[in-house]
Amino acid sequence: MTLRPRIGVVVEWLPPLVVFALVVGLWEGLVRALHVQQFLLPKPSTIISVFWTQRHVLWPAGWYTFKEALGGFAIGSGAGVVAATVVGRFRTAGQALMPIFIAANAVPIIAFAPIFGAWFNPIQPQSKMAIAAVLCFLPVMVNTLRGLQSARPRQVELMRSYAASELEIWRRVRVPTALPFLFTALKVASVLSMIGAIVGEYFGGAMNALGVTINTDAQIFQFDAAWAGILVASLLGIALYSAVVVAERLVVRWSPEARVS
Amino acid sequence: MSDGTATPAVVRVEGVTKTFPRGNVTALENIELEVAPREFVSLIGPSGCGKSTLLRVIGDLIEPTAGTVRVNGKSARQARRDGGYGIVFQEAVLYDWRSIAKNIALPLEMLGWSRRRRRERVAEMLELVELTSFADHHPWQLSGGMQQRVAIARALSFEPSLLLMDEPFGALDEMTRERLNLELLSIWEQTGNSVVFVTHSISEAVFLSSRVVVMSPRPGRIAGFVEIDLPHPRTVETREAPRFFELVTEVRELLRRRGEHLLPEEEAVLE
Repeated sequence: MTLRPRIGVVVEWLPPLVVFALVVGLWEGLVRALHVQQFLLPKPSTIISVFWTQRHVLWPAGWYTFKEALGGFAIGSGAGVVAATVVGRFRTAGQALMPIFIAANAVPIIAFAPIFGAWFNPIQPQSKMAIAAVLCFLPVMVNTLRGLQSARPRQVELMRSYAASELEIWRRVRVPTALPFLFTALKVASVLSMIGAIVGEYFGGAMNALGVTINTDAQIFQFDAAWAGILVASLLGIALYSAVVVAERLVVRWSPEARVS
Repeated sequence: MSDGTATPAVVRVEGVTKTFPRGNVTALENIELEVAPREFVSLIGPSGCGKSTLLRVIGDLIEPTAGTVRVNGKSARQARRDGGYGIVFQEAVLYDWRSIAKNIALPLEMLGWSRRRRRERVAEMLELVELTSFADHHPWQLSGGMQQRVAIARALSFEPSLLLMDEPFGALDEMTRERLNLELLSIWEQTGNSVVFVTHSISEAVFLSSRVVVMSPRPGRIAGFVEIDLPHPRTVETREAPRFFELVTEVRELLRRRGEHLLPEEEAVLE
């Protein structure tokens, strides 16, 4: 009984791992065979070796940017949940604010990155946190609100038959219903927060930030180093995303999707 | 069943009218109905006859436009606040994030029962509907019939004197439905509460009830009553008894007579 799930996990992970290995192998082979220029596409082996030799620069830079992303993720998602609660609780607030939020959702917020640099000190992490936070806010807010409004009418009616107050219906029905929606949004937001922090840094930032490092390396034709920086960014992004997935599995245990193999 | 003043009615509906402003629909018109203690009353009629609306008015989930509803001598609102009735819908309406045991415990939590009392009662109820081994499962792991048994256990858990059921077996296959009919009757005989049961099925209404209330649509009215004098306990053989068929025919005739203006698809539902 204890062995079966382990085999299940292996079987589940094997195909993507094989595909991943094949793609990397093909990349390595084609770059070698076709003599592709270093600045167009470095070999995976080169990227890995730079990733290793530059680790004392790359990881602190990655960590610095990761903290910006994490801060923005926390602030933006927190504000999104609070806003969704307010809008969901008060109908008039919702009717006034919802169209504005939906319109704002269509705005390419990353375009504001240089402005944020002017509002905050571009060297300070706050400007990048602000971009990440604004990026995270809307998806979290819109999804959480949708979740809060998704309680099935019969479930609410049944609670009324037990003489439940609105607050109790909120706590016992609407919030649990919203949780899967919230986690879907948090997964999106975790990715957006890394994008926001790094792209923000492309417009200027502290010298030891990952986005600045990648940008500078590319400008001085150290593409292997730039790729290694992208690798660090990817690993950190995946780590944040995975953390949200783990939290989801711990919190939303009841859903069929959450059953751990 | 108004047998004087000796036994107060569990449900007393007087002159209830319900109109929905949208489309100016009269869902119920001047409904008079009493349900005696231990009585099992079925409401039957085609779609649009207001049987579900009547059930919701009794349960204070909808307010009547005119008329009064009293449950156990109290206003419907007070009865609802006091946990006066258990309700079961067509869907089981389980809370996905709660285990089966916790779903059954929900009304008990709302009524402020202690943890220990809740645990004991949930164990009893699980036994009653034969789902003890599923206590820690989640709703999605159960079949439709099992989910509906959980809903019934939950509605009975706090011993309401009145059970309101809105087509509780309507979404189930015929085999499961007949099995749950028997189970419901045996639970009813054990617990001794009154039941108001909405259904589309004539045979289900006759099999379960002490009395069948036949309703007609547009506007929703009571077309007549059929007393069901089949002996208890009712078994699989009850459905094959000549008296059962006589009563089924009687209900059907009443539906036909009052339903001349039924649409063909509504008649088909009555089979």
